[in-house]
Amino acid sequence: MADLSLTKTKMAEQAPDVRSANFLEVALGYTKEEAMAEARRCLVCRNPHCIEGCPVSVPIPTFISKLRDGDLEGAYAHLSRANALPAVCGRVCPQERQCESHCVRGIKGEPVGIGRLERFVADWAMENDVSNLDIQPKNGHKVAVVGSGPAGLTCAGELARMGFEVTVFEAFHTAGGVLSYGIPEFRLPKRIVRHEVDNLRKMGVEIKLNMVIGKILSIDELFEDGYEAVFVGTGAGLPMFMKIPGESLVGVYSANEYLTRVNLMKAYVEGSPTPIMHSKRVVVVGGGNVAMDAARCAKRLGADVHIVYRRSEAELPARAEEVHHAKEEGIVFDLLTNPLSITGDEKGRVSRITCIRMELGEPDASGRRRPVPIDGSEFEIETDTVIMALGTSPNPLIRTTTPGLETNRKGCIVTAEDGSTSRDGIFAGGDASTGAATVILAMGAGKAAAKSISEYILNK
Amino acid sequence: MYKDYQIVHKKVLTQEITQISVYAPLIARKAKAGQFVILRVEENGERIPLTISSCNEGLVTVIFQRIGATTMKLGELDEGDCLTDFVGPLGRPTEIEGCRRVAVLGGGLGCAIALPVAKALHNAGAQVDLIGGFKTKDIVILEEEMKAACTDLHICTDDGSYGYSGFVTGKLEELIQSGIRFDHVFAIGPLMMMKFACRLTARYNIPTIVSMNPIMIDGTGMCGCCRVTVGGEVKFACVDGPDFDGHLVDFDETIARASTYREFEQAQKQAHLCRLGGGVLNG
Repeated sequence: MADLSLTKTKMAEQAPDVRSANFLEVALGYTKEEAMAEARRCLVCRNPHCIEGCPVSVPIPTFISKLRDGDLEGAYAHLSRANALPAVCGRVCPQERQCESHCVRGIKGEPVGIGRLERFVADWAMENDVSNLDIQPKNGHKVAVVGSGPAGLTCAGELARMGFEVTVFEAFHTAGGVLSYGIPEFRLPKRIVRHEVDNLRKMGVEIKLNMVIGKILSIDELFEDGYEAVFVGTGAGLPMFMKIPGESLVGVYSANEYLTRVNLMKAYVEGSPTPIMHSKRVVVVGGGNVAMDAARCAKRLGADVHIVYRRSEAELPARAEEVHHAKEEGIVFDLLTNPLSITGDEKGRVSRITCIRMELGEPDASGRRRPVPIDGSEFEIETDTVIMALGTSPNPLIRTTTPGLETNRKGCIVTAEDGSTSRDGIFAGGDASTGAATVILAMGAGKAAAKSISEYILNK
Repeated sequence: MYKDYQIVHKKVLTQEITQISVYAPLIARKAKAGQFVILRVEENGERIPLTISSCNEGLVTVIFQRIGATTMKLGELDEGDCLTDFVGPLGRPTEIEGCRRVAVLGGGLGCAIALPVAKALHNAGAQVDLIGGFKTKDIVILEEEMKAACTDLHICTDDGSYGYSGFVTGKLEELIQSGIRFDHVFAIGPLMMMKFACRLTARYNIPTIVSMNPIMIDGTGMCGCCRVTVGGEVKFACVDGPDFDGHLVDFDETIARASTYREFEQAQKQAHLCRLGGGVLNG
């Protein structure tokens, strides 16, 4: 008999006033008892809708029922077969818009905490050194994966399971892409990313760091080196700016730069050789997950933090939990507000940002109500730091060095549903083809492309 | 056989400047004049960009000034030691097409970068006046190499202790006034030097290319830290540059941005010197 309580089993968190001064993980995860209690809320539907909401089709009722039976190893085997990065997804997926939004328990009360259970099972496997090495024998075919973010790692993992010899090329000195440089430690501890990457290595995936494909080797040279197919998962790394006056003043960061300094380069650690400004006040422009991450990092570095977003709370693109956590940590939301210019002092350092109030008008092309400025409502916020979290666009390095690879007007690689591109043998997925989106969508694309790559090579 | 990122040759050029050749055959095969590498000397270390000075038989040579904590640590490594990371070749190569009569200006350490540019131009058939400026005679570097890479070499010293007495801009103006009609000038060195070189060449209407070296992290266009305003547009030095039309670069903004972390850098350097046992290279 399922547990019919209407709310999720609570997960322990660090208190807001404590965590806003450290970089340790905010959400502490379930104990085994809590996980079992939450698992008992699952009705194990015969015709489960939750799976439809999962871009990598995790067999959710199956792994939860294994967990409920106390078979953690079995639960992990089912989970990890479908999802190459379960400990990551359990933490960063917007479950409220995916699996959990389809859960029947959510019709009356809260849905099953699928993400929390996923995290519990994956963390259990990590702590107990359990890996899923159920791999097909090597088939002798070589595949190159460019980029070691969520799309690349998933594609590599899937192909390795199928028996392919996979080499992942990463431009940075650390694997993980946005999981390493972008998402902060307090939301996704880097030891989790390292563990998931190590799992892939155990499966035989080779990861070559410091390899900027398009510079040191072109994609065509990878083919010459014997790779039969190439998956491009290079993400959308190029930061956008607003093109307002003052954006190059000292103290204006792209969120990418700020987060890279803090997360990848560990600028928050005492004695780190990579500098970061220790700001008194930080204004973050944008309303997505990246904006929340940058704001919460700045808070932890001791600043008074404002988020400036031009639409209203309902349109904030960030994951609900991140907005909730940011508010709890004392971050001020200046909604329906848009920056007009940034002003500097005589040394060229940021001193204030001028904004205008907005109101919501008619729906725009995205279906959201378009923000319109309110005449005469300009006002200033005194600040020493501005972080632009306005989104990113794909890196041109691959596009400009791969003849015949079709891209759209925004620079995204054009792909069919199966991940194939205009060039034979080149597949792509994740932000490199969709523009900035989520970790799990990139993983879904990596998984789909792995299947296509396998068919492409084996049917050649 | 060498190991990846191993320092194969090391040469101390002056009290502050060191040259190393690092084993990185894939980079050496691809690199062209004007491109750079990013390196780290230790786990959790800073990523620093250095322009490639030359490439030869699998080795990539860079020349650096031991002025910050990371470059000091780099200077302490010996032949046989390995760098932690070495990434490249990054940035766009210097465009040398269409150049017939050029002046290449190198300021101090900038000469190490000016050298491959002059060499590439010279090899492509251009007539090259290479003007290398230094504070004083004792810190002149690469004189022989520069002589071999150009038509005429002009060494300048600020204090007049060697060669032309004065700045590279003074020598350049002298050459222009002597009647040489340069079709392009390449200026590579400290921001102030490039700024004044551009101011001069603008007066004579000579197209001028500068090589920018702003603060960088990834070097692949990802962080936007290295942005430079060129003709009112924001460009990223790592992917759009490092070479830009010097007459369009907003030097004052770039100079301000270069100072972003000056206090931090000074503190890091002092901390490093203290660990070494006290201010040997004070200042």
